[in-house]
Amino acid sequence: MTTTVAGVGVGVRDLVTRNVRQSGIFVAFIAIVALFSVLNSDFLSPGNLTNIVLQYSYVLILATGMLMVIVLGQIDLSVGSVVALTGAVAAEVVIKGHAPWYVGVLSALVVGFLVGCWQGFWVASVGIPGFIVTLAGMLLFRGLTYIVLNNISLSPFNGTYYGIANGFLNGLFGGYGIDTFTVVIFAIAVVGYAVSQWRTRRGRIAYQQVVESMPLFVAKIVVVAAVVMWFGSQLARSRGLPIVLILLAVLIIAYSIVMQKSVFGRHIYAIGGNLNAAQLSGVKVRKVTFWTFVNMGVLASVAGVVFSARTNGAQPGAGNMFELDAIAACFIGGASTTGGVGRVTGAMVGGLIMAVLANGMQLMGVGQAVQQVVKGIVLLLAVAFDIWNRRRAEATR
Amino acid sequence: MENETIPRDRILEMRGITKRFPGVIALDDVNLAVERGEIHAICGENGAGKSTLMNVLSGVYPHGTYEGEIVYDGKPVEFRGIRDSERVGIVIIHQELALSPYLSIAENIFLGNEQRTGVVIDWNATNVKAAELLRRIGLNERPETRIADIGVGKQQLVEIAKALSREVRLLILDEPTAALNDEDSAHLLSLLKELREQGITSIIISHKLNELLSVADTITVVRDGHTIETLDNHGTEPVTDERLIRGMVGRPMDHRFPEHTPNIGEEVLRVEEWTVHHPIDQTRKVVDNASITVRRGEIVGLAGLMGAGRTEFAMSLFGRSYGVNVSGHVYKDGQEIHLPSVGAAIEHGIAYATEDRKRYGLNLIDTVQRNISAAALRKLSRRGVVDANAETNIAERYRRELAIKTPTVAALAGKLSGGNQQKVVLSKWIYAEPDVLILDEPTRGIDVGAKYEIYVIIQRLADMGKGVVFISSELPELIGTCDRIYTFSQGRVTGEVAKADATQELLMTYMTMDKDVTVR
Repeated sequence: MTTTVAGVGVGVRDLVTRNVRQSGIFVAFIAIVALFSVLNSDFLSPGNLTNIVLQYSYVLILATGMLMVIVLGQIDLSVGSVVALTGAVAAEVVIKGHAPWYVGVLSALVVGFLVGCWQGFWVASVGIPGFIVTLAGMLLFRGLTYIVLNNISLSPFNGTYYGIANGFLNGLFGGYGIDTFTVVIFAIAVVGYAVSQWRTRRGRIAYQQVVESMPLFVAKIVVVAAVVMWFGSQLARSRGLPIVLILLAVLIIAYSIVMQKSVFGRHIYAIGGNLNAAQLSGVKVRKVTFWTFVNMGVLASVAGVVFSARTNGAQPGAGNMFELDAIAACFIGGASTTGGVGRVTGAMVGGLIMAVLANGMQLMGVGQAVQQVVKGIVLLLAVAFDIWNRRRAEATR
Repeated sequence: MENETIPRDRILEMRGITKRFPGVIALDDVNLAVERGEIHAICGENGAGKSTLMNVLSGVYPHGTYEGEIVYDGKPVEFRGIRDSERVGIVIIHQELALSPYLSIAENIFLGNEQRTGVVIDWNATNVKAAELLRRIGLNERPETRIADIGVGKQQLVEIAKALSREVRLLILDEPTAALNDEDSAHLLSLLKELREQGITSIIISHKLNELLSVADTITVVRDGHTIETLDNHGTEPVTDERLIRGMVGRPMDHRFPEHTPNIGEEVLRVEEWTVHHPIDQTRKVVDNASITVRRGEIVGLAGLMGAGRTEFAMSLFGRSYGVNVSGHVYKDGQEIHLPSVGAAIEHGIAYATEDRKRYGLNLIDTVQRNISAAALRKLSRRGVVDANAETNIAERYRRELAIKTPTVAALAGKLSGGNQQKVVLSKWIYAEPDVLILDEPTRGIDVGAKYEIYVIIQRLADMGKGVVFISSELPELIGTCDRIYTFSQGRVTGEVAKADATQELLMTYMTMDKDVTVR
């Protein structure tokens, strides 16, 4: 990496060391994608890419909230059960109650909010570790799901609710075999990205801070734009722009801002990094902890809506083990097991690694058993890398 | 001192002990001789080298890491670890007790030395023997009682019982009464006298001079890594606390302090009748009816020995961050204020920079920049969003002004040296723009050059019209920089000394002024 300011070699090295956790995971992701695209020609096909987005969106949604919980130094084991419960409530309201789709969505979100308040209360106000509270929640909400559904599955949603996770935005501008609308949306996104990067760069220069050299900056934008546009055109060749992808993009952008730029996000990092120091700096530890759990509950209900729409119904056993996928995504994405470290983008890449692994192995006809073994080993290696990296950092301290 | 002519029987002789740490000589040619069957006291200021000496003796610092010779029971010994010293009957009881809170008294006594037949623990033998030991030390508790259920005073006695179970011959107690109330202290001291009758030699390290004078047969004074003198407490000339204080502080002012002419204004903070109880042992008053005032532009020192209650006073004041049953009144610019939380304290313009930067001051795994902004993020944010560029600017400003040595403000705080970490903590609180800044041991563990810079920063803060409260264990530092000094002893304010009158002897006299301990 080069910079416009001379004599900051130490700083650059420091930057690289700090980002090796993140960049290492990006490299791993690219390697896995490359591996599967060589092994199976269908892997990068328009249809399959669309499938990956639809199939694993809920894990990414859960991982966003989970990352915040983990950075705080806590854990949430209950999200799988909350996905099931909120999906069940929505199904009761929409399928049995014949209410419109948005009433179903709203009631799911309210349930998720209440679940978050319940767990946040026990963790923040009573002071029980999140591990215990959410372990209890895992049982509690699973049990409630069975009660709500009366032990049987409910289906189908159909209509707009079904479309949340299965619908596409396309055809608005026509096109020949390729959806113009999708391409336009992606183009707007790329331009937006370039503009925001440019403004950030201007801001940093205005404050006389170190920035990348101009060629590097341009190269970075071009590479990102090329990859994104290629992905967009692949989607456009298939069924167009999945609605879930829009939801996902909005969530990822919003939560990246929360974690990187907001006071609330800073306080989460401060608490996870050193609880005592945070407290003595005036951070309202209880309040932040409470709202982080409430946020997790709401995001779990969003995932619940998406998952129930995707499966077009509610099952008592829905969302089983989702918590483990979400937690694994965070740790693979570089979050520290002791809190204080982790990024939303990291967790997303971690989630994508899990998704790509699962999808790729499915395409190759690898059995469920072997898939589990591979996922387990990947998680273990990722955390081992994290610990090794931290030890190295401490040795140079 | 007059010596008897009959040859004396020495259980321990440490000769020419020198112990070096990187950049510091902690002990320099120290000699210590302990007679068999006596109570030998060691006293000295914080950091004089008392604990280091005992760690050398007990093998915490193994043979080879120090120079000099230890003769125990007439034979030279080379301990490689605590186990070696324990095997020959030397047991050290540290200030922080090493008991397992959820095991019983009996289990703790025999931890690592289990009473067993084969691989099975013999619980009858364990409890019967423990009961015997408890009788011997006069502790009226059942052996099955959990350690967590008894007070600190009794826990201290259990440590002694544990030592006795290992056939102790030389018992070393490091500040045994620092955490005890008067009654427990008196009991412990009389127990030491009983053990002396049973032929057990003790070495006791303590700051409480009256206590030492009431139990010790011999007193050795340590200062700056040297043994200064050994006094016979039963000699013809009675040893007084003045005599000990002279030995403890009698050194030239060897630090340099920046010149400063204070510009003192109105009273900014007044604390009245501040009382704080220990969070666990709630009967113990850690701060007892303490009152202080601070004026704008003034640097006010808080002097006191370890455990005097200065940190507890400051932390309880700073949004009730320590203690229970806190009572008293706080006035800011003449108006009474209430500080139920850290947030409220910061809002009222009070800041507290902790003595333990790693545990309480910094987020070591985050950047310098984010540590600096941590206490005043609100000033850098609009509608909940932090302006990262402005934040970097602020961080860069303090990096320049306080000369923080770091490659970039994006470096992790944990990678900085102690002095620079301290400057980050100071930056954090200066940026919060307080009216009163409480600095707890701001120069602890940092080198001389950085100390000087910290003094300059403190004086600059005072010149900006802030009231500075400076807590330090180094008397020359307080005398050199403070306009007024309060002394704390056992939770109470025992003296108030103006800069002109401040001498180390005077401060030490107030700092060791304790409630009379009567030995039963």
